[in-house]
Amino acid sequence: MAVIHDVIPAFELFQPTSVDDALALQARHGAKAWVLAGGLDSFDWFKDRIKRPEVVIDLSQVKELRGVRTAGDGIEIGAMTTLTEVVRHPMIREKYGILPNAAEAAASPQIRNQGTIGGNVSQDARCWYYRGGWPCYRAGGNICYADTPTGLNREHAIFDADRCVAVNPSDTAPALIALDAKMVVRTPKGERVVDAENYFIGPGTDITKMTILHPGDLLTAIRIPSTWAGAQFYFEKVRDRAVWDFALVNVAAAMVMSGGAIQRIRLAVNGVAAHPVRLSAVEAAVVGKPRSEETAEMAGQLAIRGAQPLQYNGYKVPLLRNLVKRAIRGTAAQA
Amino acid sequence: MMRISREEENYIGRGRPSLHGRMKVGFSKEGRITALDMYVICDNGPYDMVGDAFSSGRIVSVLYQPQTMRWRSVTVLTNTPPRSAQSSPGGMQGIAIMEPILAKAARKLGVDQVALRRVNCPEGKAPFGPLVGGKQQYATSAFIKEALDRGAEQFKWNERKVGTGKRNGSKVRGVGVSISCYSGGTTGFDGLFIIKPDGRVYIQSGVGNLGTESWTDVHRVVAELLGVPWEKCDITWGNTSKNLPWTCPSGGSQTTHAMTRAAHAVASDAILKLQQIAAKDMGGKPEDYVVANERVSRKGGGPGMTLAHAAQRAIQLGGAYDGHELPADINKFTVTSATALAGQGLLAVAKDKYPHDGNTFSFVATFAEIEADVETGQYHILDFLAYADVGTVLHPKALGGQILGRSTLGIGHAIGQKWVYDQQYGLAVSRRFHHTKPPTILDIPDKMAWGAVEIPDPETPIGSRGIGEPPVGGGCAAILNALSDALGDEIFRRAPVTSDVILASLEAGRPAQDPLRSNI
Repeated sequence: MAVIHDVIPAFELFQPTSVDDALALQARHGAKAWVLAGGLDSFDWFKDRIKRPEVVIDLSQVKELRGVRTAGDGIEIGAMTTLTEVVRHPMIREKYGILPNAAEAAASPQIRNQGTIGGNVSQDARCWYYRGGWPCYRAGGNICYADTPTGLNREHAIFDADRCVAVNPSDTAPALIALDAKMVVRTPKGERVVDAENYFIGPGTDITKMTILHPGDLLTAIRIPSTWAGAQFYFEKVRDRAVWDFALVNVAAAMVMSGGAIQRIRLAVNGVAAHPVRLSAVEAAVVGKPRSEETAEMAGQLAIRGAQPLQYNGYKVPLLRNLVKRAIRGTAAQA
Repeated sequence: MMRISREEENYIGRGRPSLHGRMKVGFSKEGRITALDMYVICDNGPYDMVGDAFSSGRIVSVLYQPQTMRWRSVTVLTNTPPRSAQSSPGGMQGIAIMEPILAKAARKLGVDQVALRRVNCPEGKAPFGPLVGGKQQYATSAFIKEALDRGAEQFKWNERKVGTGKRNGSKVRGVGVSISCYSGGTTGFDGLFIIKPDGRVYIQSGVGNLGTESWTDVHRVVAELLGVPWEKCDITWGNTSKNLPWTCPSGGSQTTHAMTRAAHAVASDAILKLQQIAAKDMGGKPEDYVVANERVSRKGGGPGMTLAHAAQRAIQLGGAYDGHELPADINKFTVTSATALAGQGLLAVAKDKYPHDGNTFSFVATFAEIEADVETGQYHILDFLAYADVGTVLHPKALGGQILGRSTLGIGHAIGQKWVYDQQYGLAVSRRFHHTKPPTILDIPDKMAWGAVEIPDPETPIGSRGIGEPPVGGGCAAILNALSDALGDEIFRRAPVTSDVILASLEAGRPAQDPLRSNI
């Protein structure tokens, strides 16, 4: 009887119960190992039979990777904490409201029940050519199918393209950058703590990866310092559908006011480059200024400097401008 | 077991063929369409020809009643994923192309949007299309004027249209109205049931269940005509091995119309047989008897018998009464089924041979209100009403579900549903629902309502027409018209209208879409 090999390709499954065991398995299997969190990114690849790992290390049984705890003057969120848990956690909601807002904007309720915050920030690019198995630069080939005269690039990058024009799809990533979060990474050499904005990389650094993680590395937790606890937050995601859609562009801002002026601010956007973009120049320009229409207009114009739209994503330029304006204003334009 | 990937499913499932069109429309100052020149190009995909282009001309002709019309089309084979008919094939696309032109014309002419549709919409036995065999085709009936009037009143159109298009901060509101129609019924199918000696009615239903419950609803006609409580009717369905009659397929919005006619025919056959049995046993002529309240009784009082007793007598009489003799005109499938069921009681079997003058269409007047945000290009639907002209309402809840369900399909085409394939390689890059973007539960309108004019169609005994496909075009076009009311006529050139289209056009001050480039 014929055996039809049209299912998810077979792999050897490991379900470690500790971070140490997970790291040991990663070390043993090296680049052959695929680390599985909630599975929302992984199973997409597997079902399309585009990624065929020999070994899958499922982190679902590692209890120390789950949950929210206090850490120093802030909090630490285990990488395997689900997006739903992030959305519902009372302390996060009270002090770091921008993060549950961003997490709740991700995907759909069912996906948030399964998807983890570690997976959300570490997920791969969603460019439909790349995800469709086209042999593009990011997949190891020598062409970007989205960046051709006929390429379909409505969802693609307007900044920092380097052969690849895919964008980072995460909703929580800009919120974490706005909160000045730290990513806790276990490597074979020990623990490494990285600023959220430095966790993500563009194609100029490594075209095959979205984060600094190498084979053998594991994102274990995300620490949020108290620096921005209770600040004025703004998060907005523009997408085609009201639910279950990636952002066309999203924006996240944390702001502290003093005497009617912006005393300090962190501002990040996503969906415009292969990595979430912290808008440092805008931050510097608005400090000391009121949250006025004039400041917002200046910030919006500054945010789009250097944008290089492709054939079908020119709308992202005014969209980014307007979202940054809204973040500075704290609202949509009023009558 | 064969498993298929989502990518393969896109090929097997197929998609609605897109129509690119050019319409040149002449209006009188009152808004009446004096001339219409319609030219559409249908992207057919690689396989057998779809009928969408032809259908678009037919529906535009019947729905807008142009005084003169030229229709041309080209259906082009393309190296793209396969296409096939999707609900309201061609009709939906024709309406979606035509309606924004009507909306623009109304604004240019200073004519109210509802009034402009009112002067153009069909009425009564409205003519349409070219001559066929030298004869003008026409609708069995059309009462969409009544749907527009009642819908406008329920939607408070005159109040809502005031102040639209004015920006309030980044927000702007718009209202839209659209008319739509599609074919609503066929004829010539069979009905089959048995009244058994236990007094119950055993109905054989060949209707497929698409979730619309028409597999049972159409047979309420039998219960009503026989005067039998619905609780005493048993329906057998779901498998042709269960001796079912020749039945229309579940497509083309035909079931309600076709199978209520067949139900009426077979109930009439049962009544005649009951009257004959009564006359044989109790004297007089068959027409002296009436069937009601589970009995066949002499008119004006007097002797009678229960249906249970009549069923016993039918078995004793045999022949046509218990199904051992069958009418010559029923379908051979029905013959097989009736033969298998013969001898169990009074067997009723008949073909729908009722006269039917004209082509059956159902109509919908659709109203929508949207609010758009000019800073993000996003918009959402505040309110939605679809008012249908479908003849007699068979089952209000099921009808409402159908009207709003198919409207939602049209809304999906307006707000986001699409298929994306690479122009160079002809391959679909949209392989997931988050690429093709069917509407989610949060995308449907905040408020949705429906209504029905409930004027029976004169060309069918029950008066009911089908409702499946007619709302689709209206669901799409009412949203498109509300968008142009809010944002102006120079925003979009095709559907769906997504935030990128709105933002890019607002930024450029002109339509940003290349009208002949789609699927991006």
